[in-house]
Formats: sequence, structure tokens, C-alpha cells
Amino acid sequence: MSEGAPSTTLLGRGYAWSTSPRVLRSLLPAFSLAVILIAIFYLQPRAMSPIGMKLLFNLAVPIALATIAQMFVLAVNDLDLSIGAYVGFVVAVGSTMLSGGLAGLPLLEGLIPDPAPWIFTTPLAGIVVLAAAIGVYALLGAVIQLRNLPSIVVTLGMSFIWAGLAVLVLPTPGGSAPTWLRGLMTLQVPIVPFPIVALIVIGLVVHLLLMRSAYGAVIRGSGGNPRSVARAGWSLVRVKMAAFGLAGLFGVLSGLALLGLTTAGDANIAVRYTLLSIAGAILGGSEFVGGRVSPIGAVIGAATLTLANSFLTFLRLNPDWQIGAQGAILIIVLALRVLISRGEVRN
Amino acid sequence: MKWINVTLAAALLAVAGGGVAVADTSDKRIALSNNYAGNSWRQAMLRSWESVTGQAVTDGVVAAADAFTTAENQVTEQAAQIQNLILEGYDAIVLNAASPEGLNGAVKEACDAGITVVSFDGVVTEPCAWRIAVDFKQMGKDEVLYLAEKLPDGGNLLEIRGLAGVFVDDEISAGIHEGVAENPQFNIVGSVHGDWAQDVAQKAVAGILPSLPDIVGVVTQGGDGYGAAQAIKAAGRDMPVIIMGNRHDELTWWKEQKDANGYETMSVSIAPGVSTLAFWVAQMILSGQDVPKDLTVPFLRIDQDNLEENLANTEAGGVANTLYSAEDAASVVAEAKAM
Repeated sequence: MSEGAPSTTLLGRGYAWSTSPRVLRSLLPAFSLAVILIAIFYLQPRAMSPIGMKLLFNLAVPIALATIAQMFVLAVNDLDLSIGAYVGFVVAVGSTMLSGGLAGLPLLEGLIPDPAPWIFTTPLAGIVVLAAAIGVYALLGAVIQLRNLPSIVVTLGMSFIWAGLAVLVLPTPGGSAPTWLRGLMTLQVPIVPFPIVALIVIGLVVHLLLMRSAYGAVIRGSGGNPRSVARAGWSLVRVKMAAFGLAGLFGVLSGLALLGLTTAGDANIAVRYTLLSIAGAILGGSEFVGGRVSPIGAVIGAATLTLANSFLTFLRLNPDWQIGAQGAILIIVLALRVLISRGEVRN
Repeated sequence: MKWINVTLAAALLAVAGGGVAVADTSDKRIALSNNYAGNSWRQAMLRSWESVTGQAVTDGVVAAADAFTTAENQVTEQAAQIQNLILEGYDAIVLNAASPEGLNGAVKEACDAGITVVSFDGVVTEPCAWRIAVDFKQMGKDEVLYLAEKLPDGGNLLEIRGLAGVFVDDEISAGIHEGVAENPQFNIVGSVHGDWAQDVAQKAVAGILPSLPDIVGVVTQGGDGYGAAQAIKAAGRDMPVIIMGNRHDELTWWKEQKDANGYETMSVSIAPGVSTLAFWVAQMILSGQDVPKDLTVPFLRIDQDNLEENLANTEAGGVANTLYSAEDAASVVAEAKAM
């Protein structure tokens, strides 16, 4: 977010590193992650090993991808309340159609001739459905822009549709992850554990995509000042479609990563991801308005949230207090940010 | 004389060791991973765990037996919790799972790290884990078998089901219908959903009663017996045999009726203390004993003669409980081996 577009103009202040509060602000997510990581190492030295790091960061990968998805929506001044249900839908499709084709659907059990012709067993069905889901996301962006609808209402409605579809695809927990997906998520990389490599790659790729490309600047600009972006000749409908489409794409990646880790599907597996993704994005320096986002911050924010959970387990905190404690960690980080922002204003 | 001594010593050894070489588990640590603590059954389950494992730790059977509950009943959260327990270096994880499939990845990781995973109640399908499952179907069937014994002439039955769409409801109901199919003197004339709650059951039964002929029995799923009794009493009908589900209100009502007019029935459910059974099974596995992967939870059945004793042990608003011992676990394992 160090170089995030300021809310007033898109091209005015540009990429300023000059003021120290801005630098501080951009370092805050990394700082919170480091503090929690050190606290975990202190409580549980065993975590300080490749296998330990792998276990700690494993589940941060799907959360980081969902957070990136949420961040794309935040970038255009919208909020996605359906991402959790959507990820659940992807997991359901992934564990059925992506591994066994249409024949993998419990719904169609007994209806498909045996032996099934290739058209019923090809994983292509899953790919088509997931591509269509991304298309639906892009369409949502268009509808929200064209009809000037509040995204909160639209995505809240969509969350029920995704959840319903997920249960339809996978009525009871089951199915299985495609072998290649399981292989990918349990990949052994020398020296650095795979989840950490994955997190760094995700952060850098999205950073290049959104912060360093011309169209990325347009997407962020449409969140900061849509009118000037429109005046500059860009179609706001297309910009929204691109942002929502990217959110849909990263939602798919998140679901697939989660499925690769769990190895089997459950339609309700990612209910928490909606709030986690918002919290992760905000924790990582994104803002609700103004197109102010940070991909690297979002990844770090997601990792921080995941670690905060582990930290509380290692602390042996009573579960009744855990949600509250998680909230407290969030509030502390955000309070620090407000303090720094005040410094920024004074400057 | 000498050989008698030798055989005697051998017999004693066999009794003490259960016939198997048993390794010491006093340095082993066992963790309980629980996904939910929001109802009285789960609360009782956690209290049972505390009291039995606390004693086991004091006695030096195991080094530690800590309970962990996730804050929200979420699959991903419990997966993270299991990964943390792997990091903490526990030797065994006893698991009541949020999803039968969604935790398989984390469970596999635990197994790969050399950790014994024993799932109970909410079991997991990952083959490397042990499962202590509830045979809900048998529970439903047992209800009809009891009625067949008590009412040899048969008659009409009312079925109260649980929460629609839940696996447990389907299983118990399937067992009841299987039992009725085998005992054709019975006939299910009505079926309502009581959602395992006495107020819902009371409303549902009151609604269907006017349309029903005389009924001789009510087959239930637990939590609904008291509500059914209230509705039938309000309708002014003869009280049929209502199968109970070990809840405090149900047992209290049964006791009142028993004292007043000799009312007879039975009550069956799963004791929350099943967590302690899982603990002892985990301890047996850690001690190197051969334990089959699939075990079945025994039912806690209350009959006419042990009603008072069980009622006294049940706290108000709670459910009848029993704590399992290492011997109980051994007999459950022996039963599974015999099958």
C-alpha cells in the first residue's frame, strides 16, 4: 500500500515514499506478522523447523487467495460478502466434477450408464463450471455498475445462491480432490517450505498485476475516483467486470488450494472465509473506500490472522475467549494504523 | 507342585497384562480436539474428559491429556487446530470432528507425523485414523425390539423424528423402520419431526394426535419424549409406551409416572462420557495393543430397575452419563475383534 493511489486524485501525488508515516504504515502488517511469529517460536520452539513452518502456514494459502479476491473487490469500492460461500462451492465442484467429471456428482448417481462414456468422466466438466462461475462474478460486477446497486446486498444474495449450489453439488461431505491438486499442495520444496513459497509467489504476482501494470492503476483509480477514470475514456463497466472477474478467479484458486489441503470436500467448509478475507485485507493495509489496497499486505494480513489462531491455541487460551482475543489482535493492529495515519495527516 | 505355581504365575501375568505385552504410556501425551461446546451434551462430554483424564494423569497412566475446543464449529479452524497439536508434539489426538471428510488432510498429516488419531462421535473417514462410531440404526431398532417384547400383541406406533436432513435422523429412523418391518404386528401410523427438542416435539405431537387412531407406543430419538407425553396428556388419551432419550426431564417424568401408576418404558441414548472411552482406546493403542480401526460406542440404556440410580446421576437440564474405564475400553475392543 506504500504506493497505493491516494484517495483524492489518481495521478496527482503518485508514488510517494517520502513521508515516514507512509513507510511505517506499509511496514505495519509485516511487523505484526513478525511479532506473532516470534511469540509462537517462543511458546513452541518446535514450530521453528521446516515441517513446523509448513504446518503453521499451510492453511494460510487458501485464506491468502480469498483475501486477494476480496481485495480486488475492495479496490473498486465494493465489498464481497459471498466469497466464503463461493469458495465452498468451488471446493464442492472440485471434489466432484473436477476429479470425476459429471459422474462424480452424487446427484446423478445411478443415472449415468455404466461404464460411463468419456463425456461423463472428463474433468473438463469441472473446468467449464468453474470458468462459468468466474463469468458469473464478472457479470455481477457489470450488474452492480450498470444498475448502481449496493454490492453488499447483491453479494449477500449471491452468498445464499453459492451455498445452495454447493449443497446441491455435494449434499453430504465427501468426494475427493484430484490427485494433481493433492500433489501440488503437498509439494516438497528444498529448504523453504512450500506454503511460504506459495504465499510469496501469490503476493508478488498480484503486486505486479495490480500495482505495476497500467490496467491495475485504472482498477485502483476507479475505486479512488471513478469519475476521472471515466472521463479519461475508460469503461467503468469493464473495469468492474475485470475486478470482479479477478476476484472470481482468485476465489477459485482459494477453493482449489483448500481442497488440496483437506483432500475431500464439504460444502460448508469455508463459511468463515468471508469475514477472514475482509479482516485479512484490512489488516494488510487495504481500506474500505478509495481504491487503497495492497496485495503484499493482504497476503501478510491473511498469514497474520492464521498465525493469530495458532498463537491462541499455543497459549492454551479458553476457547470461549478465543474469538474475543482474535478480535483484540485485530483492534490493536488497526489502532496502530490509525495512530500512524494521524501522523500522516499532520505531515 | 512346581508346575502349578508356574501356571498360576502365568495366569496372573495374563490377567494383569490382558494377555498382551503392554508398553508403558506414562510419558505419553494425549490431546482432545473438539469442534463444538455449545450444548449440554458437549459440556458434559468435556467435563467427563476432565474428570477421567485428570485422574489418569494423577495416577501416572499418561503424562498429559489436554482438551482443546475450537471457538467456532468450523472445519478449517479445526484443521488448523490439529496442525497446531501436531506441532505441540502430542502422541495421540482424540478427535470429535466437525466434518467426516474435511479434516482428512490434517488427520493424514498427523498420522504421517507418527501421531495416533482416534475419532469418536463425529468420526473421520481417513483410513489411518481409528473410529469409535455410534450405531444409530441399531439404536432405532432396539426401540422396536423392546416394544415387541413388552407388547407382544403389537399395535399402532407414532414416530417422532429429529432434525430433517441430518444424517443421525435418517439413521435412527431407518433402524426403527427396519425393526417394524421385522415385527409386522406393529404399524407406524404417524411421523412428525420433533427436532430433538421437547417444545418442538410437544407442538408437533399435539398437531398430529387428532388424526391418529389409538397408539400403543411412541418411538423417539431422544430429547422429545417429555414433550410427547405432555401433548398426549393434554389430549386426554391413554398414555402409550413412550421410549425416552436419557434427558433429565424425560427421566423425571418417567419416575413420577412409575411411582404413581407403575408406568413402564425404557430409555436409550449415547452417554457424553464416550469421550473417556476414546481416551482409553487411545491409551491402549499407545501401549502397543492391537486395536481394530472400527469400534462401536455402547448405548447407555436405562430400564425400569436402574431408573432411580441413573436419574440421581443426571443433573437437571442434562443427559444421563456414564464414565468409561480402561476395562470398558478393553471390552469394546474385544467385542470389535470378535466380529
